[in-house]
Amino acid sequence: MIVQALSFYVFAAVAVVSGVLVVANRNPVYSVLFLILTFFNAAGLFVLLGAEFLAMMLVVVYVGAVAVLFLFVVMMLDINFAELRQGVVRYAWIGAIIGIILVAEIIFVVSSGVLSPADNILAGSPTPPDVSNTEALGNILYTDYFYLFQAAGVVLLIAMIGAIVLTHREREGVKRQRISAQLARDTRTVEIRKVTTGTGI
Amino acid sequence: MWEITLTHYLTVAAILFTIGVFGIFLNRKNVIIILMSVELILLAVNINLVAFSSFQHDMVGQVFAMFVLTVAAAEAAIGLAILVVYFRNRGSIAVEDLNVMKG
Repeated sequence: MIVQALSFYVFAAVAVVSGVLVVANRNPVYSVLFLILTFFNAAGLFVLLGAEFLAMMLVVVYVGAVAVLFLFVVMMLDINFAELRQGVVRYAWIGAIIGIILVAEIIFVVSSGVLSPADNILAGSPTPPDVSNTEALGNILYTDYFYLFQAAGVVLLIAMIGAIVLTHREREGVKRQRISAQLARDTRTVEIRKVTTGTGI
Repeated sequence: MWEITLTHYLTVAAILFTIGVFGIFLNRKNVIIILMSVELILLAVNINLVAFSSFQHDMVGQVFAMFVLTVAAAEAAIGLAILVVYFRNRGSIAVEDLNVMKG
């Protein structure tokens, strides 16, 4: 119990501190790296909650794909980040006060006991006691939520096509394959010459 | 103190959510940091969903956390693609320059 509690506090503290550093850092590259640290610690929290599959998913999808995407964009675009940070300090304290009030309100609500986990009777898909987390997740994901699963795949497909369409551009002076022109060639448009060795054409 | 309850997880999620909202206010000019703050907010949502799923012994929360993860990944890809196109056209990513919808 003590080990679990200690690891919870460590994961939670590192996640919160690195979350603060994500938004407060001067250099966006460090921000992305702290975002990765936040996601790792959130994955640790998920493991403590017994959601191992989602924890691994978080590491693979966020650290492996999304954070690398952010790193690429931050490093490829030639942006003057110092200019973008001007005027930050002027409104920071107002934002901090509003943020502290907001978090105090949310903690006040969640610790009031209204959101009690005691009413387990409401559970529509109870966690089976003798199968692993991944198996239990697959059992309901591929049966009850199959259409939503397909819709998630469509969302990803649209995102992929959209990203390609947005960032693809035709450039002048680039040699590229024109398949129709290739297929239309025959012996009337192609000249065949006999080349003697060592002379060239 | 040594008994970790649902409230602890919800508190962590609330703090992360507030950091995300605060990050949007703090970095009003930098779209990349705003996108990262949105990712933080979605992570807080995921922690809430998984915590409720674990404490109520209901697997549906984890299924929905997975869908939120999917949408977050798609949103990051599209957002960054728009950012790259915008930077190519205007040479800047400051939010104040984003008010002309002419492309």
